[in-house]
Amino acid sequence: MGLEIAFWLLAVIGVVTALAVVLLPNVFRAALCLVACFIAVAGIYVTLSADFLAAVQVLIYVGAIGVVIILAIMLTREVQRGSLANKLYIPALLVAILFFGVVGFAVINTPWQIAGIAPQEPTTSALAVKLFGEGGFILPLEIASVLLLAAILGAIILVREK
Amino acid sequence: MSIGLEHYLILSAVLFSIGLYGALAKRNAIVILMSIELMLNAVNIAMVAFSRYIVPLLLTGQVFAIFVMVVAAAEVAVGLAIIIAIYRSRETVDATQINLMKW
Repeated sequence: MGLEIAFWLLAVIGVVTALAVVLLPNVFRAALCLVACFIAVAGIYVTLSADFLAAVQVLIYVGAIGVVIILAIMLTREVQRGSLANKLYIPALLVAILFFGVVGFAVINTPWQIAGIAPQEPTTSALAVKLFGEGGFILPLEIASVLLLAAILGAIILVREK
Repeated sequence: MSIGLEHYLILSAVLFSIGLYGALAKRNAIVILMSIELMLNAVNIAMVAFSRYIVPLLLTGQVFAIFVMVVAAAEVAVGLAIIIAIYRSRETVDATQINLMKW
């Protein structure tokens, strides 16, 4: 029962703040709503018993990405002009609604094979075994670290003064 | 009615559609980037839900969600660096006016 209340509360908060991100005219308030949406998604991870991912979501999305986006809004003076829609907003709305219709139809009409087992908790050590252990994801992990290094260097080079 | 896989997948589809609308319809490049982050979060919810309900003991979906987070962090760093570089040279972040490479 508590899980259901938590899910509906977090889902409503997440959808309302996500709508605020795309509908609010003020860019700064949209960024704050995006941070609230990230926190709601972290709560959704908790209801899915993914405790490590919830902590990482708060650390990376709320802590790092939220701060960097707000910093970029401060550095560009577009707050006064606001977050306007372009000429194609009606086709974009149609595309979004069509996408939701197709995905929702597919989700409802697929016979999912639900495994009735209780999930693992806590997940941190199991995830570490998955990432670093035998037959795990060690090669993608190393590639991801190289990708992060390349992204850091690229960002520094792009914004450096000539 | 108890919460099942479908609820999480529909929530994920709603968030993805909102992000898709924002990414297609907005002028401000930073808002477009924020909408892309919304879409990546929606995909993460779907993968964690699949991991929880279909293979609860394998955790593969959570590992994939971690890789999506890594790519999202790299994307936001490089994307905002590009936006700030464009703002320096053209004094705007309006995606409809950044048309140097348009045919």
